[in-house]
Amino acid sequence: MELYNIEKLLEKYFEATATVAEEEMLRSFFLQKNIPEHLQQYAPMFQYFAVEKEERFTKDLPLKPKRKFVKWVSVAAVAVLVAAINITVPKSTALESEYTQEEIASAQEAFKLLAYNFNKGTKQLGYLEEFQKTTDKFLIKE
Amino acid sequence: MQQSDFLHVVMPFKDKLFRLAKRLLVSKEEAEDATQEVLLKLWSKNKLMNSYNNVEAYAMMMTKNFCLDRLKSKQAGHLKLVHTNYEDNNISPQRQMEVGDSLAWIEKIMDDLPDQQKLVLQLRDVEQYEYEEISDLLEMKPGAVRVALSRARKTVREKLMQKHKHGIV
Repeated sequence: MELYNIEKLLEKYFEATATVAEEEMLRSFFLQKNIPEHLQQYAPMFQYFAVEKEERFTKDLPLKPKRKFVKWVSVAAVAVLVAAINITVPKSTALESEYTQEEIASAQEAFKLLAYNFNKGTKQLGYLEEFQKTTDKFLIKE
Repeated sequence: MQQSDFLHVVMPFKDKLFRLAKRLLVSKEEAEDATQEVLLKLWSKNKLMNSYNNVEAYAMMMTKNFCLDRLKSKQAGHLKLVHTNYEDNNISPQRQMEVGDSLAWIEKIMDDLPDQQKLVLQLRDVEQYEYEEISDLLEMKPGAVRVALSRARKTVREKLMQKHKHGIV
């Protein structure tokens, strides 16, 4: 009776229509010692699967604790730095608020005058180039 | 989630991940590395973990995808080649003593199966997953799972019979 059942279950097993529970019955049948001769050929399969299930993962798992505060420390450092710069560097206020229009206009005129006179000075320096030319002539002759 | 909580969640299925990885990658070392990588990835997402209704299924899926990617990459192809050179040394003497080399032979037969059949056989016959779980995990139709499983089991049986007939045992 039981053997008949086992043969039926084997058939279902190979057609992949057996349930997990039925397959469990087969497994326990084939893992015992006295298996009838004609069924012995199937035993290694079930033994193999049983042995395979014993395999264990033994490698360490280097889990690092999450150091979230490190991230926030850098954010805080940047914030502190920005604040410090804001405090130490005085705000550059706009010119218009510190001086009157006339003062600005006269300052601009003074700068223009200065620039004009500087340019006049550099024009005079242009004559120096002539010296260069004349010495060049001598140099070529030599 | 704290480290201890994470380990508590992961403990019951970490061996399953490893066995799945080993089934695909064959080499124990590679499987260990893959499992470690998957678990660390899971740990890095541990905030989300409460939102997965089935962490085990999710982790198994990650492992499967990770290993298939590894197999696809050239690097793994190279490692695999190196590995097959001394495949036979992998069988522990303990196992040989216990059950003779029939089991080593089955391992060889399984190594030759297509990846999908390997996966189905591993999930069903080693881990006893339900058909629906397997079809979710492998993104296959339930009918296709049964076909692949039946085919894989019959192939193993057939090759095993061939060996017995030739009297190599």
